[in-house]
Amino acid sequence: MDPFTTVTGLVASLDRLNVDTDQIIPKQYLKTIKRTGLKEGLFYDWRHTSDGSLDPTFFMNQPRFSGTSILLGRDNFGCGSSREHAPWALLDYGIRCVIAPSFADIFYNNCFQNGMLPIVLPDGDINALFDTVTATEGYQLTVNLDAQSISTPEGNVLQFTIDPFRKSCLLNGLDTIGLTLQHEGDIAAYEAKQKLAAPWLFSG
Amino acid sequence: MSGQTMFEKIWDAHVVRENEAGTTLLYIDRHLVHEVTSPQAFEGLKLAGRTVRHPEFILAVPDHNVPTTDRSHGITDPISAKQIETLENNCREWGIPFFGLADQRQGIVHVIGPEQGFTLPGMTIVCGDSHTSTHGAFGALAFGIGTSEVEHVLSTQCLLQTKPLTLLVQVDGTLSQHCSAKDIILAIIARIGTAGATGYVVEYAGDTIRALSMEGRMTLCNMSIEAGARAGMIAPDKHTFDYVCGRPLAPTGKVFDDAVESWRQLNTDSDATFNKVVELQAADIAPQVTWGTNPGMGTAVDQRVPDPRSIQDNAVRAATQQALDYMGLTPGIPMTEIAIDKAFIGSCTNARIEDLRLAASYAKGKKVHQRVHAMVVPGSGLVKMQAEDEGLDQVFQEAGFEWREAGCSMCLAMNPDVLRPGERCASTSNRNFEGRQGKGGRTHLVSPAMAVAAAIEGHFVDIRSWTPSQP
Ligand code: SF4
Repeated sequence: MDPFTTVTGLVASLDRLNVDTDQIIPKQYLKTIKRTGLKEGLFYDWRHTSDGSLDPTFFMNQPRFSGTSILLGRDNFGCGSSREHAPWALLDYGIRCVIAPSFADIFYNNCFQNGMLPIVLPDGDINALFDTVTATEGYQLTVNLDAQSISTPEGNVLQFTIDPFRKSCLLNGLDTIGLTLQHEGDIAAYEAKQKLAAPWLFSG
Repeated sequence: MSGQTMFEKIWDAHVVRENEAGTTLLYIDRHLVHEVTSPQAFEGLKLAGRTVRHPEFILAVPDHNVPTTDRSHGITDPISAKQIETLENNCREWGIPFFGLADQRQGIVHVIGPEQGFTLPGMTIVCGDSHTSTHGAFGALAFGIGTSEVEHVLSTQCLLQTKPLTLLVQVDGTLSQHCSAKDIILAIIARIGTAGATGYVVEYAGDTIRALSMEGRMTLCNMSIEAGARAGMIAPDKHTFDYVCGRPLAPTGKVFDDAVESWRQLNTDSDATFNKVVELQAADIAPQVTWGTNPGMGTAVDQRVPDPRSIQDNAVRAATQQALDYMGLTPGIPMTEIAIDKAFIGSCTNARIEDLRLAASYAKGKKVHQRVHAMVVPGSGLVKMQAEDEGLDQVFQEAGFEWREAGCSMCLAMNPDVLRPGERCASTSNRNFEGRQGKGGRTHLVSPAMAVAAAIEGHFVDIRSWTPSQP
């Protein structure tokens, strides 16, 4: 996993509540057995109109948002299906960071597994960012994970909070499976204890 | 010290170690695997030179991609076929129990887990699928995970977790006739919203819940994720133990008795406290229908489609307008005036034997409306067999419903069962997201009884006062 330290990049906005993972990556892209190449499917149904042409109002079809690496969203971003294809598709497109007032649990978690940073900001900050992004072509932000800060071109600094364990995994690009395997002794001891306490769990 | 909730008891019993920085290494007892979210996990495992720690704690089945029509010629879509073959190969390589397409036990992963006795009270259960919350109906802590976490569990039988908060949803009183668990959960989500339980594990309690069968409890817990919950759970009781007893993978004899004794201790203590409480009266719950593009956008069948102009909050008004545009609905019309093209009875929410029995009882002797295409997709091969033994397939077919093989089918339309653009469906599944059942398709979530009645009349009806318009 690539470490996440500082990202400076173009910001695009997606002004919809409850963006679900079925929209982020529709089902026809879930038949793959790979993690890569999923940007083709990113927001496929929103990128296209019903006759199959590109929808010029959607951010991905607007030249001013080409090269976006930070996505601004609304409440409950990433709800629905657990498909990790959603962060894979965002990442494949080049998005490293999603900023929203709230996220759905599984999506939030899946981001961290892929070197992506989901940031929760209060409604007021989000609303202001939406206004600025709409009004300012080429609007960029700098996200600094170590400092837990977002710097705006106007010179403002927004702080955000993050679970310290996740932060350190992301900063260092840690392999969490490797971390868990270091605790083999604890896992084996737990299993030995459970075999006595709840033998039916081991007899199946 | 105050008492503990059921969730806390199960959590505590599965802590392997507390890591620095407030993260817990949690032991996972059982792992369900399907074809869509596992290939990359197995691949990652192999690339890192790691192994599967406990293949015997896993059960794997293809369900999302499988055809529900005649399977004797295999799967025509080569990409779907490849995914299913990959699962089978991975299972063979690692010695993981696998129910293939030709196996009568094949079915939707959340139907077969309980059916096989793989799901037991007190367990931690995961699957790379958000509706893993279903298994909480047994008093287990069951939740959906992403593919990276699937790999983590394959390799270590553990997960790194932060402890969620607890939410008690208390439902009391007698449910009115013709209402079911589906109506309870849709009413709960309409009330608290699709993010109303984000960050929480929900425990459903109260005498309405106690009175539900195991099938009903599974329907309820299944949709916990649609309220954003990490998991949903219901304390195990006699219903639970009776359901589990005698299942192929359930313990037997003295071990079973010991297990029941231990499962009885799981109940939330009377002096335990929850972080949040929501209370509902069953008598207030009417048959539900969704009108929008998430499961929280729903109302009682005797209500009207909302009018965005009457909504104060800008974001909510815009979201409502967007949903109505997508759904092609006129604001303010009665829900019962919405005409449908398709009816789908199936999915891990409502495709168990009890759901099919109930649906058949409403379909018996009637005919599906001439405009409507209706199908019934059993949750598993065993449910299908049972239904056929009881003659339910005959009832459905005589009424004009198609009778299919088991799988996810039109719940997410990864197989050939799809809505065409603009088609409107009464569906017993769990998600009405845009395009969920096919690009441009319009999904209304309902109970099996409501889906059957809508299929017969060609539009939604209030089944409490339904007098069929045909003999
Ligand atoms: S039936 Fe639907 S919700 Fe359930 S596992 Fe299958 S696709 Fe997912």
